[in-house]
Amino acid sequence: MTTGKRPLSPHLQIYRPQITSVLSILHRMTGFALSIGVGVLVFWLAALSVGGGLLSELHYFFGTLLGNFVLLGFLFCFVYHFLNGVRHLFWDAGIGLEISSVNKSGWAIISATVLLTIGIWFCIGGF
Amino acid sequence: MSWHQKNPLQGSLARVRGLGSAHEGAGHWWSQRISAVALTFLSIWFVYFLNLLPLSADAHTVQIKVLSLLQSPWIASLLTSFVIVSIYHGFLGIQVIIEDYIHSEMLKWLILVFVKLLFGILGLVGIVAVLKMAL
Repeated sequence: MTTGKRPLSPHLQIYRPQITSVLSILHRMTGFALSIGVGVLVFWLAALSVGGGLLSELHYFFGTLLGNFVLLGFLFCFVYHFLNGVRHLFWDAGIGLEISSVNKSGWAIISATVLLTIGIWFCIGGF
Repeated sequence: MSWHQKNPLQGSLARVRGLGSAHEGAGHWWSQRISAVALTFLSIWFVYFLNLLPLSADAHTVQIKVLSLLQSPWIASLLTSFVIVSIYHGFLGIQVIIEDYIHSEMLKWLILVFVKLLFGILGLVGIVAVLKMAL
């Protein structure tokens, strides 16, 4: 059986992006990023428990513009994955599965993600 | 996950119980959902915890604050729980991604073992770090 060059369903490259598919892909991407984020969190906790130069350098990096950008990215991933995850839990309970509700909750989550990301960023200190 | 079928440590009864198209029943699905529900609470607490820290101050000030907060067994337990459940939920998610995109059984198995070890070590380091500060 030759399996090398056959295209795989669902043919993402020729499929018109829809709010359902885009948000679904984003859920997986933010989840992947957050797995790296939890690695950073553990590294930070380890540095906090040891202290010294490593901790200072870590804090220095996350205080730079690039570091801020990385943290803001993790916060965005967290807020989106959280909200969309709750949406998934409602779907699992059979709530909100009609396509009109799915579209509505999708847009609600996009707006809530933007607002909460900015809100939490400034609340926590924005570095 | 057809490599599960070849698991020599699994008896016939365990194999039969895990039938279904995924060969392992709904166990993974449930674990992902239950850890997700736990994380809705734990992650809100974690944002609250971060908010207690003077994060715009220098590293040493933050360290002193974290150490003093972790003297509370509640905070130490909640932080440990957040780290462990996050790592568990993250591993379950990464596992699905690997199973979806890596089509070679051997490579899939190797990467899954490697990632499981990596996440296991990450969890241990997290626990040790929090306990070292708490005790």
